[in-house]
Amino acid sequence: MEVTNKHIVLNTENLSIGYTSKKEQTIIASDINIKLGQGELVGLVGANGIGKSTLLRTLTKVQDPIKGQVFINSIPLEKQNALDLAKTLSLVLTEKLISKNLTVFELIALGRQPYTNWLGSFSKTDIDMVYRAIRLINIESLKDKKCFELSDGQLQKVMIARALSQDTDLIILDEPTTHLDMYHKAYILKLLQKLAKETNKTILFSSHEIDLAIQLCDKMIVMTESQVVSDEPCNLISNGHFENLFPKDLIAFDEKTGSFRVKK
Amino acid sequence: MQYQNKYTVTLIALGILLILCFFVNISLGSVSIPKSDIFNTLFGSTENTSLKYIIVDYRLPKAFTAMIVGSGLGISGLMMQTLFRNPLAGPFVLGITSGASLGVAIVTLGASLFSGILLVMFTTKWTLVIAATLGSFLVLLTVLIVSTKVRDAMAILIIGLMFGSISAAVVSVLSYFSSAEELQQFVFWGFGSLGSLSWQELFILFIIYSFGIILSLGTIKSLNSLLLGENYAKSLGLNIKKSRLIIIISTSLLAGTITAFVGPIAFIGLAIPHITRQLFHTSNHKILLPAVFLLGAIIMLICDSIAQLPSSDYTLPINAITSLIGAPVVIWLLVRKRKMMF
Repeated sequence: MEVTNKHIVLNTENLSIGYTSKKEQTIIASDINIKLGQGELVGLVGANGIGKSTLLRTLTKVQDPIKGQVFINSIPLEKQNALDLAKTLSLVLTEKLISKNLTVFELIALGRQPYTNWLGSFSKTDIDMVYRAIRLINIESLKDKKCFELSDGQLQKVMIARALSQDTDLIILDEPTTHLDMYHKAYILKLLQKLAKETNKTILFSSHEIDLAIQLCDKMIVMTESQVVSDEPCNLISNGHFENLFPKDLIAFDEKTGSFRVKK
Repeated sequence: MQYQNKYTVTLIALGILLILCFFVNISLGSVSIPKSDIFNTLFGSTENTSLKYIIVDYRLPKAFTAMIVGSGLGISGLMMQTLFRNPLAGPFVLGITSGASLGVAIVTLGASLFSGILLVMFTTKWTLVIAATLGSFLVLLTVLIVSTKVRDAMAILIIGLMFGSISAAVVSVLSYFSSAEELQQFVFWGFGSLGSLSWQELFILFIIYSFGIILSLGTIKSLNSLLLGENYAKSLGLNIKKSRLIIIISTSLLAGTITAFVGPIAFIGLAIPHITRQLFHTSNHKILLPAVFLLGAIIMLICDSIAQLPSSDYTLPINAITSLIGAPVVIWLLVRKRKMMF
């Protein structure tokens, strides 16, 4: 791996993730050591049920690690309170909005909440940040629409704009391309690549679009039963990590095209 | 901000309408009083003592009570609907009202069962108020604790209704063992009445209500982020547990004390937020909260004016009027827009 002086935004040390119930601990994955530098677009891939969501939940402090630590900007996650964390980490989740009866502008402006006073009044900076997010995502025409008028693809863009307006070093997206058609899957991931470059934010997303991720990401995290590896996509391909991603009876990874093929 | 400007006009219009409704409400009643006399009594001095008595000691406190009840129940319903992510939530459905009536029932009806200290103080209104507030707070707290275990919002509503049934059952058991006099006191409380408050009681109600309203202002920001769902709200730095507690305390202060003073008022808490959403086309609580406040007060004043049956000696139970007037309004709004706003 090349040696860079990039500022490390998120890293983990010997992280083990899983669930603790009253009786026992279920470890889903262990010895996870990942480093995400500033301005990197990182894709997290793995089969269904391998623990992608659990890893994201642990990285975002929704659940506690079983062992090891997560650092954001070199500060251990457990030492950051909710408000501090809200200023360094923003999320785009898969869950549905409770109410779609807000305008796009109002929704994006909610991203400014960590910075506003107890009544949530906006300063000029807040308004500027909202407009900046709207410009970056190129959704000026949607600004005054209600969220229930939007298509799935438009709503996903708006949710990304909301995360952007939160002005954090790190944005984590949980499967941002589900429910989208092929064009919009590519559109959203390409948009994330552009944002990482232009805003120098670190963007981590989980996805099942492995071929698209290989083409667009600076780095990828591959989760398999045995290990969690993170590296640049080309290195991951040459080291054969994608071959172990799925059971081998149906599909096989084709190194030349960087995509999976159905076995004849 | 540009988005708030277009709502400001509507809010001001509602404010004017509220003042208008207030004066109409005062000028209507079983005794018809000429407009000029009413203004003389309110703003000048009048020698007519019976006029003065009717207006200052009866109609004026009743109008204020109506405004407090309408706005307070409306706001508590709004907070419930957003907190429980459910358009059906409201003080009545979630068992707050039943909790309050259970509290009142224990004090009025159970007095003979738990003789001693309770017997001495059960007739005072303050005991009723404290019992009703405590009752509603406890029910809401239980519903909330259960709601953290059950993620499904529908389940929470059903649990709220179950608590309502349990309270109703306990009330029946208590009434079986109580004297006719005690039973009468409880039944009258259950009819709901805006006109029974003295200035002193109104003052106490107003103070507690103000606490509830001030707390509710502090929840605007968290309510807005809760529109995104709890996980998003958390990622915006919101302390969910603290916000929930503030919302619950504010709701039980508002709904609990109002129910304690004027009896259970059906429908208002559930319907006012819906009527407001339909009129204002938004879920932004910064607009909804003041709008619910004004509309709640206006609608309650109108309901009370109708309940008076102007120029007749009859006064209908306010509880019936709120549903008779309000339910068709909600049905009409939903049918007209074909879509529920939430």
